[in-house]
Amino acid sequence: MHQPVIDLRGATASLGARPVLRGVDLTVRAGEVVALLGANGSGKSTAVRSVIGQVPLTGGELSLFGTEFRRFRDWARIGYVPQRTTASSGVPATVREVVTAGRLARTKLGVLRKADRAAVHRALELVGMADRAKDSVNALSGGQHQRVLIARALAGEPELLIMDEPMAGVDLASQEVLASALREQVGRGATVLLVLHELGPLEPLIDRAVVLRDGCVVHDGPPPEAVGQHALPGHDHVHPHADAAAEPIRTGLLS
Amino acid sequence: MEILDYAFMQRALLAALIVGVTAPAIGIYLVQRRQALMGDGIGHVALTGVGLGFLLNFSPVWVATAVAALGSVVMELIRWYGKTRGDLALAMLFYGGMAGGVMLMSLSDAGSTANLSSYLFGSITTVSPEDMTTICILAALVLVITVGLRRQLFAVCQDEEFARVTGLPVRLLNLLVAVTAAVTVTVAMRVVGLLMVSALMVIPVAAAQQISRSFAVTFAAALGIGVTVTLTGTATSFYADVPAGATIVLFAIAVFVILTALAAPLAKKRARAAAKAGKGCTLEVPGSRTPADDVSV
Repeated sequence: MHQPVIDLRGATASLGARPVLRGVDLTVRAGEVVALLGANGSGKSTAVRSVIGQVPLTGGELSLFGTEFRRFRDWARIGYVPQRTTASSGVPATVREVVTAGRLARTKLGVLRKADRAAVHRALELVGMADRAKDSVNALSGGQHQRVLIARALAGEPELLIMDEPMAGVDLASQEVLASALREQVGRGATVLLVLHELGPLEPLIDRAVVLRDGCVVHDGPPPEAVGQHALPGHDHVHPHADAAAEPIRTGLLS
Repeated sequence: MEILDYAFMQRALLAALIVGVTAPAIGIYLVQRRQALMGDGIGHVALTGVGLGFLLNFSPVWVATAVAALGSVVMELIRWYGKTRGDLALAMLFYGGMAGGVMLMSLSDAGSTANLSSYLFGSITTVSPEDMTTICILAALVLVITVGLRRQLFAVCQDEEFARVTGLPVRLLNLLVAVTAAVTVTVAMRVVGLLMVSALMVIPVAAAQQISRSFAVTFAAALGIGVTVTLTGTATSFYADVPAGATIVLFAIAVFVILTALAAPLAKKRARAAAKAGKGCTLEVPGSRTPADDVSV
């Protein structure tokens, strides 16, 4: 079995006085693509935000890449795509400038080398935004904006991608672009944890779905139709719930 | 040029040049973080430092730097931990700083109303050679930080949460921005005065944004505008015998207005060029719709 990249055990967290996570176990192993599903308010966003340390856990344990969270410093291995809100600010910035920010963890003191510029360009090409590199991010549509945020995460060439609702409010064309960018990352062996409202065009990529309800895990197993990714050559990993008789979850009903 | 014959004017122009560079250099990060008025708050707090300097008979610029830096750190802490009424705490700090400055100044022997107003509104022609040394050292520090750490500061001010997940020392960088802003305020106070310091941090940036699409261009243009208005403002004040601080700020606002007026036709021109490069709209033949036209709900 692969080493767990994310290991969250018995996690509890609260926002204000309201408990949002009530004992969540979430393990993501190297090379896996895991979707975190659930209705609004089920705690799925809080769960990923606690994984990256943005929501403090009130209880439970978390380790990343086998290192206890408190000692974890290797942030360059993680690429994070926040829920779309924050890429515009008080001063104009181009698409390339925003994406370059995602490369900082791989640079020494923020000095960009040739390889860094190339990585930024590759990330832009992956999401089909290379021709917009010099445009202001304020001039982009919602879907393009989201592609920029994903390129920013990809620019650091992360081993683990964490995405919070990457498909929210994104038109179908952009969804396809994002799905193919993600497919390419998975093909390279990246591990992915994403929060989703519905599986959509990413469905064939997803190995496992974890469904949250009221801050508790209610399902951890294969997504409704686990095909596609398994058809790829060299894909040989074992599911913890590979039981063929497992009841498929119609996630559409949960969202 | 007659203006360069006087040693005090040489110092004034050099001080103006330095302020024209440093104020927008740190101001751009404050604007990016949507804290355009932070410089103003620091200016109020710095007045307590000036008063303290007079009372202790020690260089007002250095004491003001220390007090302003302390005040900016407190503001940053309020921003972190302040849950709901952070604005009230900040207001308290601002007016407390102002009142403290006026009080300490009146208690000291050297402090007088004339002195007070020279710090409030600037008094560029009275910059002494010792002041000049201080200003140069502090300005060098500000430039090293704002230019040397521009990528890190850009990332932090653009998206703080993402910057934290990138592993950047976000709290440290935020404190650095706050302290650098405080240092800049004290550098600029002799030139434009504590009450108008914030104008030079914000207006050149606001003006530069009108004509640029990128952070790098905005940064360079803001510095260019800053230097232009401080130098022309200082020269104008010499020839027309008007206060330098007020002249500089009014010039900066004029540049902002002019660039804003120019920006609209510029945007139209860019849009026309883009329209020419792409195709126009054509009526769609029934059946030519592709799945890409569908929007998922």
